[in-house]
Amino acid sequence: MKKYTYTEKKDTRSGFGAGLAELGRTNDKVVALCADLTPSLKMGEFIKENPERFFQIGIAEANMMGIAAGLTIGGYIPFTGTFANFSTGRVYDQIRQSIAYSDKNVKICASHAGLTLGEDGATHQILEDIGLMKMLPGMTVINPCDYNQTKAATIAIAEHEGPVYLRFGRPSIPIFTPEDQKFEIGKAVMINEGKDVTIVATGHLVWEAIQAGEELEKLGIDAEIINIHTIKPLDEEAILKSVAKTGCVVTCEEHNYLGGLGESVARTLAANTPTPQEFVATMDTFGESGTPAQLMDKYGLNSKAIVEKVQKVMARK
Amino acid sequence: MSSKQELSDLVVQVRRDIVRMVHDVNSGHPGGSLGCTEFLVALYNEVMELKDGFDMDGIGEDLFFLSNGHISPVFYSVLARKGYFPVKELATFRKIDSRLQGHPTTHEGLPGIRIASGSLGQGMSVAIGAAEAKKLNKDSHLVFTLHGDGELQEGQNWEAIMYAGAKGVDNLISTVDYNGQQIDGSTDEVMNMGSLRDKFEAFGWEVLEVEEGNNLEAIISGLQLAKTNSGKGKPVCLLLHTSMGHGVDFMAGTHEWHGKAPNDEQLASALEQNPETLGDY
Repeated sequence: MKKYTYTEKKDTRSGFGAGLAELGRTNDKVVALCADLTPSLKMGEFIKENPERFFQIGIAEANMMGIAAGLTIGGYIPFTGTFANFSTGRVYDQIRQSIAYSDKNVKICASHAGLTLGEDGATHQILEDIGLMKMLPGMTVINPCDYNQTKAATIAIAEHEGPVYLRFGRPSIPIFTPEDQKFEIGKAVMINEGKDVTIVATGHLVWEAIQAGEELEKLGIDAEIINIHTIKPLDEEAILKSVAKTGCVVTCEEHNYLGGLGESVARTLAANTPTPQEFVATMDTFGESGTPAQLMDKYGLNSKAIVEKVQKVMARK
Repeated sequence: MSSKQELSDLVVQVRRDIVRMVHDVNSGHPGGSLGCTEFLVALYNEVMELKDGFDMDGIGEDLFFLSNGHISPVFYSVLARKGYFPVKELATFRKIDSRLQGHPTTHEGLPGIRIASGSLGQGMSVAIGAAEAKKLNKDSHLVFTLHGDGELQEGQNWEAIMYAGAKGVDNLISTVDYNGQQIDGSTDEVMNMGSLRDKFEAFGWEVLEVEEGNNLEAIISGLQLAKTNSGKGKPVCLLLHTSMGHGVDFMAGTHEWHGKAPNDEQLASALEQNPETLGDY
């Protein structure tokens, strides 16, 4: 198992804030919008440096999505910022008609995704957003794994023509990807090559998959771990190549097992090479209040759960 | 600039296009289309400053966003007869493989369309974005919109109206098709909205009214006054008192023809009332 270490923990939303600030300096077409959550989205640096290119919308997310769509008409690249719940479910029809169907170059940037939002509870912990967004034709869906990758993804999506959903989170997590790693939309990142099982993880679950890989090594299991930061378009080639070698897969995500990364992988496998698969995800449930760690434990979204699912899926080979 | 007669002829021809398009596919929305015919003819041919050709960004020209997308027949006819796409293409309205979808969309690349609309209440937000882009681009041109009065029951409008007032989006001129009708009856019966003037004014808008919303001269002077009032720190609302189904006697003043196509006899009657002026598609 390849060694992954870290010296610092940071929240992925700060990676977004840093990426946006850099874009503010390098791309004068980038504009930002926020629905009264600028500290949570870490947008302060961009706003301070580019006040004329920032739009405070107030608590009116539907209007924000429409204004973002309109700003593209005139050549701007709008980045909207609010929590994942208010970035997707609350404004689905606005995104569908005014952004996706209208082919608008809007970047929907969503913080506080999933259970790790923590104490605010289920009203704010969306676990359905990946599904909602990936079903929209033309929408790119990205869920990076740490600060560095989120920053790189934020910068990369400005160069991509078309609507993007960029999902990140609230808690501090280890920074383990290289600062200079190029972010390629739709290209899986190999974390560890192995032969016994494929672990496909996205977002916060990538670090958990690495921890699981170390545990599995102690049990004599050689896990291949793949970081899927782009859920749509999915790097099917990387997944198929890996399962051809391992013959089984565990998918890991901080999202409902219905509609998430796991389902996209299952569809790919069913159409190409039916393969035993287990899901580390929430099982068609809402979240609840608690600390992020308590919630991830309770809902089975940690390295321990991944190890268990690996053992289960390997027995099905 | 067109002569008064040319504009009147265009109005009649657009009316013919609307009823023929809707009749041909036995679907679509003639009532609101007919009620807004004079408005869109005036806007595109007498009021807006437009470049030749079409590009999405529309820098250096006025923009228009149709929020109540179901009145696509009048929008398509006015765009085609302005030269955005061939008039004969009107014959493809709502048919398979057409760029003229039931509701307007950019998805098929139809020149003249900058946003999809149909799901109501979204157009003003988009127009605000485009108006803000014009300010960033130091482009002094204006952004026009049209909304149904019933459409204002959608909450997103009020988010947008609040924003435009609060942030002084004064390069925006939003017109409300104030016909008092919606699918389930009169707007007063379905959802009495009280005074739209008071509501817009309370949100910080300059409000103008055109009592004769199917009179070309009244519309043009109303829109010119709206332009004069733009750039003064407030968005401008034009309450346009129209008659749904105007110009076809059996369709006029009722919600019955909101989304219903005429049969063969009704079409003949409608066309008789609007004799061909510029040539049918």
